Amino acid sequence: MQNRFPLRALMLASAVALAPAGAAWAETPADTLVIAHQIDDIISLDPGQSFEFSGQDVVRNLYDRLVDIDPLDLAAGIKPSLAESWEVSEDGKTITLTMREGVKFHSGNPVRAEDAAWSLQRAVKLNKSPAFILNQFGFTAENVDERVTFDGNRLVLQLDQPYAQSYVLNCLASEVGSVVDKETVMAHAEGEDFGNAWLSTNDAGSGPFTLATWRPNEAVQLTANPDYWQGAPALARVIVRHVQESSAQRLLLEQGDVDVARNLTPTDVEGIAGNDRLKVMDELRGRILYMGLSQKDPLLSRPEMVEAMKYLIDYAGMESSFLKGQWKVHQNFLPEGYLGASDENPWTHDIEKARQILTDAGITSGTVRTIVRDIREYVDAAQTLQAAMAQVGLTLEIQQMTGAQVLDAYRARQVPVFIGEWGPDYADPHTNASTFAHNPNNADDAGLSQLAWRNSWAVPDEMNRAVEAATLEGDTDKRVQMYLDIQSQYREIAPIIPMFQKIEQVAMQQNVQNWTSGGSVSSVLYRQVTKE
Amino acid sequence: MVQPDMLDQPGRDGPPPAAGAPSGRAMRLGRRFAGVALSLVLTLLGLLLVTFVIGRIMPIDPVLKVVGERATQAQYDAAYQAMGLDKPIWQQFLRYMAEVLRGDFGRSISTGHAVAQDLRRVFPATLELATLGTMIGVLVGVPLGVVAAARRGGWIDQVARVVALVGYSMPIFWLGLMGLLLFYGILGWVGGPGRQGIVYDGMVPTVTGLILVDSLVAGDWAAFRDAFSHIVLPAGLLGYFSLAYISRMTRSFMLEQLSAEYVVTARVKGLSERRVIWGHAFRNILVPLVTVIALSFGSLLEGSVLTEIVFSWPGIGQYITKALLAGDMNAVLGGTVVVGTCFVALNLLSDILYRLLDPRAT
Repeated sequence: MQNRFPLRALMLASAVALAPAGAAWAETPADTLVIAHQIDDIISLDPGQSFEFSGQDVVRNLYDRLVDIDPLDLAAGIKPSLAESWEVSEDGKTITLTMREGVKFHSGNPVRAEDAAWSLQRAVKLNKSPAFILNQFGFTAENVDERVTFDGNRLVLQLDQPYAQSYVLNCLASEVGSVVDKETVMAHAEGEDFGNAWLSTNDAGSGPFTLATWRPNEAVQLTANPDYWQGAPALARVIVRHVQESSAQRLLLEQGDVDVARNLTPTDVEGIAGNDRLKVMDELRGRILYMGLSQKDPLLSRPEMVEAMKYLIDYAGMESSFLKGQWKVHQNFLPEGYLGASDENPWTHDIEKARQILTDAGITSGTVRTIVRDIREYVDAAQTLQAAMAQVGLTLEIQQMTGAQVLDAYRARQVPVFIGEWGPDYADPHTNASTFAHNPNNADDAGLSQLAWRNSWAVPDEMNRAVEAATLEGDTDKRVQMYLDIQSQYREIAPIIPMFQKIEQVAMQQNVQNWTSGGSVSSVLYRQVTKE
Repeated sequence: MVQPDMLDQPGRDGPPPAAGAPSGRAMRLGRRFAGVALSLVLTLLGLLLVTFVIGRIMPIDPVLKVVGERATQAQYDAAYQAMGLDKPIWQQFLRYMAEVLRGDFGRSISTGHAVAQDLRRVFPATLELATLGTMIGVLVGVPLGVVAAARRGGWIDQVARVVALVGYSMPIFWLGLMGLLLFYGILGWVGGPGRQGIVYDGMVPTVTGLILVDSLVAGDWAAFRDAFSHIVLPAGLLGYFSLAYISRMTRSFMLEQLSAEYVVTARVKGLSERRVIWGHAFRNILVPLVTVIALSFGSLLEGSVLTEIVFSWPGIGQYITKALLAGDMNAVLGGTVVVGTCFVALNLLSDILYRLLDPRAT
């Protein structure tokens, strides 16, 4: 029976090959933090360009900013970082920051005011996605060399308006405000790119970690900077591995091959609940899940329809079912954790009330269309709404598309009912106020990116002005009150309805301490994380 | 990816033998070489053109990936022009071809890296997986198919049928997850998702990009064992799917041969069954079998997207798919060139094998 031989030999060979492998693993090395995360969104690690969630997670740990926010101590607000102090001129238009002495970049070069000034100039001139955060203060590629200057160890910013100090500093604390090593980056510049090609895959910061490798869609490795001016990180290495699937992340965590898993579905979070070696940390993040009603649609543009929709949404029902543990009801555009955030959630799922409002307005039937991204939560939310609308005689047509397609249609103002997320761009309330409640030009060719514009909502002048005024209010308490007032009026009239705020559920080994994903205002920070 | 369906036409690009021509052999060789080179160039050109056009008419906006969704119209327009998208498609294509001829595949907008650099990383990952998978498919599938045909209707034939049926019909995604759960999660026999364990990550210097080979080159036995423990499950899975196909094809080729008259003659002459099957019938199915194996290997080289996702395997399938969804044409076209070249190379290789296996094919 010659023909049986290959089969038997192969079985034997594989058994021999597999047997010793079983003993090969243990837990992760004690000085290394291993994280399973979806990191395929990173397209650049240049702080002047990076604008994706997981890219900012990396940038935040490679670089320092002039001022910073500690996500573990939000109450403290803005803290000095590379700038040890600052003062604002009489007219409120000039801010002078004094640099901390003795801090060094990873290259060994000293961190100077010149580097700080150049970093801001560079970000403005590069004019990549995050540049607008700095441009809000009147900087343009043409004038930034005069408006951002240095004098000895002092950095001088000349603004076009007397902006609130909290507004300016909150923006400087975002990733685009990172201070980069001018000498190192310029040595790698190609043409007019200010070293962008090189810096996209390398690091020139002074932060607690240095970049060991970034293999796209595969892994990011960070090495601790032992000379970090605020003290060396507790762990020597951080490895973030791209693991797309929740179930694969869960298996890796359960087997002890990773310390932290950041993208578990609610099912998998529930699945590990009984495991004593693991724990799950809930952290409120800044993202808002909202519904936009396009004011181009004849039906949706009726105020009664907008009001009725607010009662048709089954907030509690969704929160306790398919959004369980991942989103909490939040009906304001400022996320909890932001300056001026409101916790008033006035609407509940009330079919009768919605029916009453619609009947009073003479609306008894009608059809609207929604284009949703093919993400489970969005599609489920659309279907829940569809069922509720059917009860009052309205039809919702659901069309599913890929993210890029939906975004194209949305930017072209062609989505009647939009369901999706908005993530704040920087740690100041203006980031969301300016997009949800500000639209100075509702014309089709205005080419704006605000959510209000995308939903064709002509924001009342009064609200536009209130949003602008809030950026200039120097008294922080008054500023808070202004945002509360704007949100209160917004709740009355706005056709863009905030529904939920993101909760990130991070699963980790019991021995991982001091984890933070960055709270609602920031990104992840590894420096303080320990493994006991 | 576009599959050139030329593999099942053995000797297609070989000119008819120039019998009796002076210095016929040298000319034949030269013509053959020219033919192969021409087929490579034409195939790649065709592939690139089709891919390019598909990429451009896809309703996906690559500019948004570059400037981000918050960009103003001015930023958007600047990037649109910088990427050359305002030019007609044929100009864009020529510009791209000119860059490729200079050896520049451009920069990927979805990874920020040079496409050539990305491909050097992702292709070996797929190559390693596909090679091992095909080896399993051949080593198990061929004997299984032969035996199933030799003992038609016997229990081995029944088992082979069930194995193949399951292989054809099971979603690879589900099977992969179950495999991980059982062999990694419960039994702990194999490594988890990824190419390497954390401890070994980046420890072996890159020579070929094939971690199994590189760890052997470095003499790092532990790293080899680790890499093997990670590849064995996905390769086994791919191997299973390819064995399902290969065993069915082998069986049907063999059945055809076994019913031929020369087999009856051989049996009548009293040859042992082993010689009839392996010595006569099996030798005669080698040519079509090579085609089947080459096809199956080729399709694995494109990268199995689902397998790569389940096993967090950073291969070319995931790379191209992700790039396609982002409208990242530099990456898609670069990947197409690699996959296309593989197909042409496989075609050539099987061509050579035909000639070795069957003297009549010259």
